[in-house]
Amino acid sequence: MARVFIPTPLRKLVDGMTDVRVPGATLKELIENLESRYPGMRQYLMEEDHLVPGLAAVVDGEATMEGLRQRLDDETEVHFLPAISGGANAEASPKE
Amino acid sequence: MTITDKPAQEYQVIGTRPIRPDGLEKVTGQAIYGADVRLPGMVHGTTLRSPHAHARIISIDTSKATAMPGVLAVITGADMPVAENATVDMGEEEANLNYASDKLMARSKVVYKGHPVAAVAAWDSNTAQEAAKLIEVEYGVLKPVINVDAALAPNAPIVHEDLVGDDLGEKVRSTNLAKHFRHEFGDVEAGFKASSIVIEREFNLATVHQGYIEPQNATALWQSDGRVTIWTSTQGSFGARRATAGVLNMSESKIKVVPCEIGGGFGGKIGIYLEPIAALLSKKCGRPVQLIMDRQSVFDATGPTPGAKVRIKLGADDSGKLLAGTADLRYEAGAYPGSAVGAGAMCVFAPYRIENTRIDGYDVVVNKPKSSAYRAPGATQSSYAMESVVDEVSEALRMDPLEFRLRNATREGDRRADGPEFQRIGNIEVQQAAKESPHWTSELERDGPDGRKRGRGVATGFWFNGGMRSSVNMSVNNDGTVSLIEGSVDIGGTRASISMQAAEALGLPAQDVRPTVVDTESVGYNDVTGGSRTTNASGHAAYNAAQEVIAKMTGRAALLWDLKPEDVEFAEGVFSAKADPELKMTFKEVAAKLNETGGPLNATGSIQARGGAGSFGTHIVDVEVDPDTGKVDIVRYTAVQDAGKAIHPAYVEGQMQGGAAQGIGWALNEEYFMNDQGIMDNSTFLDYRMPTSLDVPMIETIIVEVPNPNHPFGVRGVGETSIIPPVPAISNAIYDALGVRLRQTPMKPSRVLDALRDKQDSA
Repeated sequence: MARVFIPTPLRKLVDGMTDVRVPGATLKELIENLESRYPGMRQYLMEEDHLVPGLAAVVDGEATMEGLRQRLDDETEVHFLPAISGGANAEASPKE
Repeated sequence: MTITDKPAQEYQVIGTRPIRPDGLEKVTGQAIYGADVRLPGMVHGTTLRSPHAHARIISIDTSKATAMPGVLAVITGADMPVAENATVDMGEEEANLNYASDKLMARSKVVYKGHPVAAVAAWDSNTAQEAAKLIEVEYGVLKPVINVDAALAPNAPIVHEDLVGDDLGEKVRSTNLAKHFRHEFGDVEAGFKASSIVIEREFNLATVHQGYIEPQNATALWQSDGRVTIWTSTQGSFGARRATAGVLNMSESKIKVVPCEIGGGFGGKIGIYLEPIAALLSKKCGRPVQLIMDRQSVFDATGPTPGAKVRIKLGADDSGKLLAGTADLRYEAGAYPGSAVGAGAMCVFAPYRIENTRIDGYDVVVNKPKSSAYRAPGATQSSYAMESVVDEVSEALRMDPLEFRLRNATREGDRRADGPEFQRIGNIEVQQAAKESPHWTSELERDGPDGRKRGRGVATGFWFNGGMRSSVNMSVNNDGTVSLIEGSVDIGGTRASISMQAAEALGLPAQDVRPTVVDTESVGYNDVTGGSRTTNASGHAAYNAAQEVIAKMTGRAALLWDLKPEDVEFAEGVFSAKADPELKMTFKEVAAKLNETGGPLNATGSIQARGGAGSFGTHIVDVEVDPDTGKVDIVRYTAVQDAGKAIHPAYVEGQMQGGAAQGIGWALNEEYFMNDQGIMDNSTFLDYRMPTSLDVPMIETIIVEVPNPNHPFGVRGVGETSIIPPVPAISNAIYDALGVRLRQTPMKPSRVLDALRDKQDSA
């Protein structure tokens, strides 16, 4: 099972643990499994079919460019970190 | 000087210093920069920019401008397509398309001084500029917020009413806080409690600009079939294409971006500014339109690096072991979310093993131009504070500052404070090289002429160095030379560094591989030239293409000898039969037979490269300070950096020296001098004081080579680390000279004098 480091604000969802072991052949499966074990996690990590904007998934020390399709194995280490830049989005649709 | 981690491999090309392939065009003025582009029927455009940093647009009347003779098209925000509210990866930065569009042309509100509100195309630029003056804009001026304290204060003016901030995972509204994140490991409170010394300090950094010589420019032709061609000065033609397509709400495949020669970028030319405006003006007037920024617009309305407020707290025990550290990083994003605070957090504690850490990062929207990448974006801000406090802690413990760093230095297998584990890194090797350097081991004459005081400082920096995507095409010519087609824009000598890797793999002299940088329709996808990734990733792609060339050429040689390809081997540019060593042909000899053995021989190389495994740099600086005027002079400077493998050592040294020179400017002179209305009062190169050759001594370099395990030649990338250490190293040297610590940039004469007066007063 991959070792997932939990972003500090989300550790409240995993009883304060810094990291957990979760199965998943892909990043998407891993997030779905995180959600099933620790409800509430998914919304902070994934929206529709991609990672939330401004978030980078770092897999074995490298920010993945394959997004949710990133393949994982049992020895994989996953971190969810702020993207190099990014930030919040306007909730409203395009401004007029 | 070069120090290698292990005995140097026998390379024929790598490690040599050939003349750069693009040198002749550049020194003879033949290279084509964006402003040199001339097209049949081309007309000229300009933008009308807001004089206010924060204001509602009540009305825009373009009728007088439109009616002016010679004017061909006028556009406003109403002409901008509605962009998707989506984020695109630009390489070393991300862009939200909705905000990217709004940044290029305001619709209902201006949020930084210089924000475009309209654009004009006319037969000539003078007519365009005169017409722009006839556009009547009525503003409802609002109070601006121009630093993080003002932006986060209760009842602060709100830059974007629709911004939904993220405060540790909770949505917040009516705020200028775009994001607050935290990395936490261990128990910092326990770590501080166990420490015998705890020091906490706050630092402020001014906004500074990359200061590239060539202003932003774009020439666009919207063809009658709906396809658009754009000639521009960009660090990433594919990223510029993607962002332009997003803003114009059209398919990427309908846009061709032709990257011109680039007169500097340093991260500031990753984003787009003029491309969609030129395209829309071209669409409206049916002619190619060229826009070129003036220097004031470059300062006012492109992407400087964030101003920041940084607080660092460190605890250590008597043995000099760091036990705990906290960092509070508050970065100005500029007018739209997305500062480099994430990278600042990644780098702040990277050189040090600290078991208990907490980092809080804040991305704060203010009424300044949207910040952009600038050489190791975000790292200089956090490292200035960290390296200054490290200096204070080591002094308090009476330890040599480099000994203290070595005592706590990270190595392979350690974790950064944001979590990921280091691969093989050269942190210790770099610091050891600095400690043993002629500079550090020399005696410093403490008293300079006329009462001036001398001091020595040291600091370390880390940048992660990217990998990402690159593609090249390669074709073998009948004379045995090779054409190498690249999509990576060449800013710092990557034509040479990529083609040299191809030449090494092919066993050819460097000059026999001729590199050409082409447009987005002439080569496969390439990410931005940024993140210190290009020599690593594009060089790796060229290496892969060379392997394909070798395999195909092996087949041709086998055909000539009536052998199977597996019976032929290749080494150092020579094909030979395994069973008969006398049967040999050089690469050139096989190339001369291409037409007889199957015709043209081409190859491609593409890669989604792993990263550079991170690069550390340590700088040593001697300053001389005049206590009467406060002026600081740099009298000696040494930069030490892990390059992994220096492909072209002269360019590696150039990157180390260039980053150091920019860092010296950041430390001593440069700042956006903002008035309380959010207007930059020094938006010219006369008033925005960058160092010249008269301000900077010869910068000595020591290249350390600890190979990157992810790259065939060990390349790590070298473009960015060198800007991180100068600011804290100079601050530490000023302290060493005068006994005062400066915790605000720039450390200009008035601040030095203020610090000396404070010291005298407190005495």
